[in-house]
Amino acid sequence: MSATTLTRAAIAAPPRHAVFWLGAIGLGVALLVILRAIGNDYGYFAGYFILQYVVLASAWNILGGYAGYVNFGAAGFMAAGAYTAIALRKATGLDLMPGILAGAVVAGLLGLGTGYLTLRLRGVFFSIATLCLAVVLQTLVVNWDYVGGSRGAYIVNPMEIPPFVSWGEYMFVVMLVLAIGTVGIARALEHSRIGAGLAAIRDNERAAEAVGVPTLRLKLIATTLCGALMGVAGAPLPYYSGYLNPDAAFSLSYAVNAIAMPLIGGAGTWAGPVIGAVLLGTLQQAATVTISSALNLWIVGWMLVVFVALFPRGIMGWFRRRR
Amino acid sequence: MDPQLSLLLNGIVSGLLLGGLYAAAAAGLAISFGMLDIVNIAHPALMVMGAFVVVAIGTALGLDPLLVALLVAPLFYLVGIGIYGFYHHFFERRGEEALQGLAFFFGVIFIVEVGLVMAFGPEQRFLDPPYAFITWRLGEVDLPLRMLVPAALAVTVVGLLILWLRRSFTGLAIAAVAQDADALRLMAVDPVKIKRLAFGISIALAGMAGGALVVVQPVEPSSGQIFIGRVFAIVIMGGMASLPGMVTAALLFGVVENVTATFYGPSWSPAVAFGWLLLVLAFRPQGLFGRAA
Repeated sequence: MSATTLTRAAIAAPPRHAVFWLGAIGLGVALLVILRAIGNDYGYFAGYFILQYVVLASAWNILGGYAGYVNFGAAGFMAAGAYTAIALRKATGLDLMPGILAGAVVAGLLGLGTGYLTLRLRGVFFSIATLCLAVVLQTLVVNWDYVGGSRGAYIVNPMEIPPFVSWGEYMFVVMLVLAIGTVGIARALEHSRIGAGLAAIRDNERAAEAVGVPTLRLKLIATTLCGALMGVAGAPLPYYSGYLNPDAAFSLSYAVNAIAMPLIGGAGTWAGPVIGAVLLGTLQQAATVTISSALNLWIVGWMLVVFVALFPRGIMGWFRRRR
Repeated sequence: MDPQLSLLLNGIVSGLLLGGLYAAAAAGLAISFGMLDIVNIAHPALMVMGAFVVVAIGTALGLDPLLVALLVAPLFYLVGIGIYGFYHHFFERRGEEALQGLAFFFGVIFIVEVGLVMAFGPEQRFLDPPYAFITWRLGEVDLPLRMLVPAALAVTVVGLLILWLRRSFTGLAIAAVAQDADALRLMAVDPVKIKRLAFGISIALAGMAGGALVVVQPVEPSSGQIFIGRVFAIVIMGGMASLPGMVTAALLFGVVENVTATFYGPSWSPAVAFGWLLLVLAFRPQGLFGRAA
């Protein structure tokens, strides 16, 4: 009896879902009110940029942080979402919302397929396969004239979209809702049986298997969810920028940020990727505006190296140690 | 000769020459990833750094790029020693190489790549030796020296490496360290020292491969990215720790890529090659030439 109570207490305090959701929605509304008060379109732009990374980093964390499998293909999954949205619009005229849903389905299936092919091997092979997947997808998109090929695709957005003051604000609100939803899913997963199983896989996969954790099934759930959420992060991208080409969609800065943000914030906790994304996202916006975009990637690279070397638990680790 | 057949023959021959370059690029990785179990995804980035250093020195002194590549190899050996020291101290010793170590090398890629952009600018760099414009003809088959000379150098270096690994005590120790580090300790050999030496050699090979790369094609800071998948594919297909297997896989890979480019256009060649890797990972992870574990 004492053993079970001990592990219960050790895993986590009982999750207070209502508090989290109310807090997140309150924070979202507050953000919107502040940005509207500022009234500058750049505010929405920067907000979207950061929130998109909150989604991407949280998605990476589901597989990388909880289960310990490194996905290098964030840019590939994200572009899969973005190009699904473009293709859907061209084929059927359906716009943003169905596009996000379709992007999630396609990227999720892609994650499932990659996982199914490689997850029975050592984790490193999965990582290399995701690296390759991004290259394969980019080649396919470059050669696929229907979605613009290497020239890129245009999406013309409406000027007005009531009740929002501008298209930028609309996109910001969409991404805000997606970010809150993603973080909520990640948090719920962390406190569920699936989360506990994934943590067992991360700590010792063989031992987990030996005590009856269905490792392959759990890993496939995690890769599918991770891929789908990355697709969600990417699907609004063409609507947001109005133009998308393969170089922008498969940009390596997505891949590096998707890994750097959770690791710097604290991988394996739902709050870590959020902290990392807000911190690094803000830093990069500031660096792009004031210095240069080359330098900001350089800073991210150095921060990643320094953090994984000196603070392997990330910023969240600082708080845990002090308690 | 039938023009289609001649095209195919030329595609195969230049694919073999391209495979020589790939063997140079993958040789170091066969040591670090294949033998030492260090997943150095920054290997191609360091190769491109080698190419830039070769261009800078070669242009300044007016020397042949391949000669410069041999001269800068010791420098890259020292870089490799430094990287391994850091990696061992922070990750390997703590047993955190899986997640944190991978992230570390990923960060190194960005530091190298963006550092090159800031130091040299994002544009392409080239350094053509005089023989780069000569093409030998054997009947229907073209043999451009631009491809042939680097491939010959690569095969020579890998050949010497194979001999050294099989004949010398240190070479045998490197092969042994991956299999059983504790047993090596019983032979009064420090496995960490051996791994540091071997990793230094692997980065020296990356620097040399950079010299070969610059003879074949112009380089830009991001040239390494496309090589990441290629070199890992080659090492895995070659059976991880086997250098002869790696060379065979590299040649095969070059041929498949080049024949695809000849018949369907160069924009398709990456997808075919990487699709092939995905299939190998899925159905034959021990490599085409490796033994089942």
